Amino acid sequence: MKVAITSTSQQLADPMDMHFGRARFFLLVDTETGRFTAHDNTPNLQARQGAGIQSAQVVARLGAQTVITGSVGPKAFRALQEAGVQIALIAEACTGEEALRRFQEGKLPVLDAPNSEGHWV
Amino acid sequence: MSAKLPTIAIASGKGGTGKTTVAVHLAALLVERGLPVHYLDCDVEEPNGHLFLKPVLDTAQPATLLNPVIDEERCTSCGRCAEVCEFKAIAMLKKPLLFAELCHGCGACALVCPVAAIREEPREIGAIESGHAGPIRFIHARLNVGEPMAPPLIRQLKARRDPAAIALLDAPPGVSCPAVTTARDTDAVVLVADPTPFGLHDLTLAVEALRPMGMPLGVVVNRAVPDDDRVQTYCREQAIPILAELPDDRRVAETYARGRLLFDDLPEWRGRIARLWDNLLTLPGLEVSP
Repeated sequence: MKVAITSTSQQLADPMDMHFGRARFFLLVDTETGRFTAHDNTPNLQARQGAGIQSAQVVARLGAQTVITGSVGPKAFRALQEAGVQIALIAEACTGEEALRRFQEGKLPVLDAPNSEGHWV
Repeated sequence: MSAKLPTIAIASGKGGTGKTTVAVHLAALLVERGLPVHYLDCDVEEPNGHLFLKPVLDTAQPATLLNPVIDEERCTSCGRCAEVCEFKAIAMLKKPLLFAELCHGCGACALVCPVAAIREEPREIGAIESGHAGPIRFIHARLNVGEPMAPPLIRQLKARRDPAAIALLDAPPGVSCPAVTTARDTDAVVLVADPTPFGLHDLTLAVEALRPMGMPLGVVVNRAVPDDDRVQTYCREQAIPILAELPDDRRVAETYARGRLLFDDLPEWRGRIARLWDNLLTLPGLEVSP
């Protein structure tokens, strides 16, 4: 299974990025092998609007079945639902590794509604 | 030979500097001089010109924006509609997904769809009301609550400008799309600024946003006080003419709060607004034939 983790860097050992739409990187982890690839999200980070929707498009295309992140806005939530990507919620900032471990232990709740307000530039 | 009647926007970077005060009094002055005036309140998120001009609004019509409707039977999920959308209003997931609140109604998605699966349908975003306040022609619009797309409504409002009148456009505050949409294609912009650190800061932003558009700018210093000339100094450095320095006067605030025009209660303001207008006419390209 492929899982995307929002991250502040290209390393799993570094802190997660708690935002989904404007996350700095997505780390795509193959949970069977433990291997991962880093995907730069700078273009969406700098988008004037619609960052969450575009980020949802990115992780869906990467083939992620689950996203591990801290907050998801209303439009990103709708796009992820449409793409069939599940959202596993991290409540407090930690490293990507820690988030992955807790996900695999089944300790992360699945987000069933957006938990962040939409915003306009 | 008569020149084309000018379109003048009254704008400001900062809110609450006195745009509406300047705009409604210019309108009142010009009709006293027998000139035809069309007042367009372009602050569609919070119109307030009607509170002072008290127009009779005899026409109301809904304002709409064309939004795509995707026929899922025909759609092949090729994703071209999402690629062409400048505003990212369509996301390509398993199938295209529309976010109507981001759509500017340009129609590019319908044009590029290779299987004609997209048609456009109007979506109501607000309403436009028009009428008159004595001899002043008046129009304003209201954007529906929660609707973020002000520029299309402002464009629809401006399209109703009466070419046989001097158009006064009361702009929304700020320097983002709604203010820029209001200022576009005008003959001059009057920037109303108050002499405070915030006033100067936001005036600077407005000048930087509007100057590349090419129309002449003039500044009105509102609530001017003798010991603060920061706005005047900035204008001198930038070679932007000062059209008027309107003094800080508590009676103005009191009259404003009652929704009254100043000319009846404070007749000296008629002369101040008249000098503002005369100075405005000295800007390049501005001319009003008597």
